[in-house]
Amino acid sequence: MQDWANWAIDTAKRRGGSYADARVMDIRQRDIGTKNGEVGTLIEAESLGIGIRVIASGAWGFASTDRLTREGVESCAAEAVAIAKASALAKRENVSMAPEKEYVDTWQNPFLKDPFRIPVERQIEVLLAADQLMRRVKGITLAEGAMSFKRIEQLFVSSIGSSIHQIKMQSGAGIVATSFAGSEIQKRSYPNSFGGQHALQGYELVEALELPGHAEQIAEECVALHSAAQCPEGAGTIILGGSQLGLQIHESIGHPIELDRVLGQEANFAGMSFLTVDKLRKLKYGSDIVNVVADARLEHGAGLGTFAYDDEGVPAQCTPIITNGLFTGYLSNRETASAIGEAHSNGTMRTESWNRLPIIRMTNISLLPGQWKYEDLIADTEDAILMETNRSWSIDDRRYQFQFSTEIGWEIKGGKRGRMLKNPSYSGITTEFWNSCDAVCARDYWTLWGTPNCGKGQPMQTMGTGHGASPSRFRNIKIGAAFAK
Amino acid sequence: MASTMTQGKKKSPSPRARPSAGDVSTRKRLTPAELELLAERIIGLSEADETEVEIDFGRDALTRFANNTIHQNVAEQTLTISVRAVVDGRTARAVTNKTDEESLRRVIAAAARLARNQPEYPDLLAMPRRQKYQKVARFFPATAGIAPEDRARAVARVCKMADKNRQTAAGIFSTGTSHSILANSEGLFALYEETNAEFSVTILEANSSGWAKSNSPDVRVIDPNALAATASRKAAESRTPKELAPGRYTTILEPSAVLDLVGFLFYDFAGTSVLDKRSCLNDRMGKKIFGENITLWDDVYHPLQTGEPYDGEGMPRQKVLLVDRGVPKNLVYSRATAKKMKMKPTGHGFSLPNEYGEAPMNLVFAGGDKSVDEMIGSTERGIFVTRLWYIREVDPYEKVLTGMTRDGTFLIENGRLAGGIRNFRFNQSVIEALANVAMLGPAVRAAGEESFEMVVPAMKIHDFHFSEATKF
Repeated sequence: MQDWANWAIDTAKRRGGSYADARVMDIRQRDIGTKNGEVGTLIEAESLGIGIRVIASGAWGFASTDRLTREGVESCAAEAVAIAKASALAKRENVSMAPEKEYVDTWQNPFLKDPFRIPVERQIEVLLAADQLMRRVKGITLAEGAMSFKRIEQLFVSSIGSSIHQIKMQSGAGIVATSFAGSEIQKRSYPNSFGGQHALQGYELVEALELPGHAEQIAEECVALHSAAQCPEGAGTIILGGSQLGLQIHESIGHPIELDRVLGQEANFAGMSFLTVDKLRKLKYGSDIVNVVADARLEHGAGLGTFAYDDEGVPAQCTPIITNGLFTGYLSNRETASAIGEAHSNGTMRTESWNRLPIIRMTNISLLPGQWKYEDLIADTEDAILMETNRSWSIDDRRYQFQFSTEIGWEIKGGKRGRMLKNPSYSGITTEFWNSCDAVCARDYWTLWGTPNCGKGQPMQTMGTGHGASPSRFRNIKIGAAFAK
Repeated sequence: MASTMTQGKKKSPSPRARPSAGDVSTRKRLTPAELELLAERIIGLSEADETEVEIDFGRDALTRFANNTIHQNVAEQTLTISVRAVVDGRTARAVTNKTDEESLRRVIAAAARLARNQPEYPDLLAMPRRQKYQKVARFFPATAGIAPEDRARAVARVCKMADKNRQTAAGIFSTGTSHSILANSEGLFALYEETNAEFSVTILEANSSGWAKSNSPDVRVIDPNALAATASRKAAESRTPKELAPGRYTTILEPSAVLDLVGFLFYDFAGTSVLDKRSCLNDRMGKKIFGENITLWDDVYHPLQTGEPYDGEGMPRQKVLLVDRGVPKNLVYSRATAKKMKMKPTGHGFSLPNEYGEAPMNLVFAGGDKSVDEMIGSTERGIFVTRLWYIREVDPYEKVLTGMTRDGTFLIENGRLAGGIRNFRFNQSVIEALANVAMLGPAVRAAGEESFEMVVPAMKIHDFHFSEATKF
């Protein structure tokens, strides 16, 4: 790997690059899917290549190849320089980057069991056991299960002298029960939608999830939803389960704080942000109990946004995003940090693979735990709807107006959880929503959820992000608009 | 955002003389003959009962601009070798981009090992033998020959125009080529080559924006200046948008907006989706659920469509009438699904193994003869929508979708555009929308962000349900 990266940097510099970095990435994946008692997906994949990023004539160029001969790498680096020089044809000013130190380091996330060493038949067995238990419940018309594993080995080398070797092992698993009856399709997932839970862990994550142990319960809930009452419409109090709140954080905090969006670089596709730079350290984003961080460090947890260095050679950091309700930080890279006068990048450049340019991505964007015991929160709530497990999600292209629906809801009356509700949904405006938060549950109820499917960039890149959250309460929220006639 | 599934490909070794592939990892660019030889070599090395190999070789480049300057400019070259093995009635797939002998042997062994270590699959069919394919010509040298400087100059012209208009431009200009081969040990061989080009532009003002996009295998039909001019006009005409009360409005959707909505119906027309009871067409086939003016095919051979003329197993794609004057008539079927449902395969299967079976990917609407101007002129009060955004399914059976309008939403009053309005959230059943279509424009090749390109008309739809408005 080191030779390939060195050839790239040397060629880029020789051809006139004023800065260059190279990422060699070797990615291995295993994906298993089951459906109604049979194996569906069963694929292993590997991909090895190099991506070379260059500044020449004051503009950016990027090229990638999987042709890892000396000639292949050098011609790729030359192409990156040529592309940079072409970019300069429509340049307003030279690229400027915040300073960064050089690092020579190696890092690997800790894990107990290598999922690629667990026989695939054992993994299939777990999914099929859960599948059988779901289909035993009368009314279940579709049972699905999935596991996915990914090992990423990468070497980052830059012309400022950094050489950083990292290995990341990632696992994920989940099950889904679906029921069609009358004119209604209902669904329940465990432990979350989006293929379940995903984290920077080994196979121990899958074992801890105990998929078969939860199969019957979600199947029964799924069938029961058909006869449950419809979630009412109106304004009221909601309590969001941790995984749903994780997605709420992702969409209404994680995306709007991306500084490339704020500066207009995503205007054509992913959109922009209401968080214009004049709002930094001035906007009351949430209520006083809302504290959010962007934390890529391992001590925050083994999330999909955990690493030692980002894909621009900047160390993992914890950045306060919302502090006691006040908006205090963006996600930046070296270029955008420089653009808004920050001294350094806070380390959020990430790439899906060797053939994609690193862009600003969420790391682990987490709502820090509050003080409430979950039981006390329910007991303290007179009239509310508890909503759990995401079913649909949508937000406008500046991240203001959102609408979410969840798989299941529960009525809370007089401090007790009551009847089941189907088709729950809620909607609102980002800052109004976060300012209405009046209770956040404590560390014991906090989970670092993994979102494996965040799309951004052109060409599109899919990235995993982490979101720590515990059940929380929000007042005066618009409920039920998704199903209003 | 949405995950994607790719259409398949295939063919079998031809008898004509071919050059030696040698170590393909040292080659700058693989010719179709070299790809073919590589496929033959992999099949020859495999000891599985049956072996299928897909090889994709692509070169793609994309120039991205924002704030009237190029800020990202990328190129990639990728080779993907995907091997499916069948062992004792079981099948699995392994994929690599490494082409040395050891890696080829390893990927073949991995596919066989995965296949061996799973329960027997009772519905697995023998791999198909050689097929005949209708020719399609979708490789354009003009597109393949585009250089970074060509894209940069086109972008520079658009940025200059935006500067002149005191507007801000953002977008992409991408071009690429791909060569694909699908072959199996039973003699099937399919070869496909395609170019692609796309220009998308958003023009921004202080409180408004406009958007336009075009996509074609032939870069010569894409006019960046004209697209930018359209986006510029919409941004200017929607300045200082008014807030309008949510509700049900007569709504004119431009083709891109129609595409992004109806793209959510793809999987409902899959036989597997109906078998799994997750299709909105369960209990609705043969019933008139859309308007009389809605007729829809899947037709990969349509001159405005793109893609391989064969599916993931190498079966020839057929033109299928999906909806006839409002009535869902036919589904599409992979070989396995067709057998289960006692139908004929239509050539729409995904690469095996998979859980989703098949889907139509080349939708073509019959369209109508009304221009967008006629639609606006005949509307007393309504909404004009350029583009939709972040569409998600709220109710899978009633096919209620939610999403936002974006980049050019206007009020229509007394038969003319009456200024921009703040963007709306919609919660709308697609089934109901297609039952309420009052006028259709001619079907054109359109591109959006939530779905594959399709041949689709602009539509004027009554009682489209906007549930909330946002702040801009």
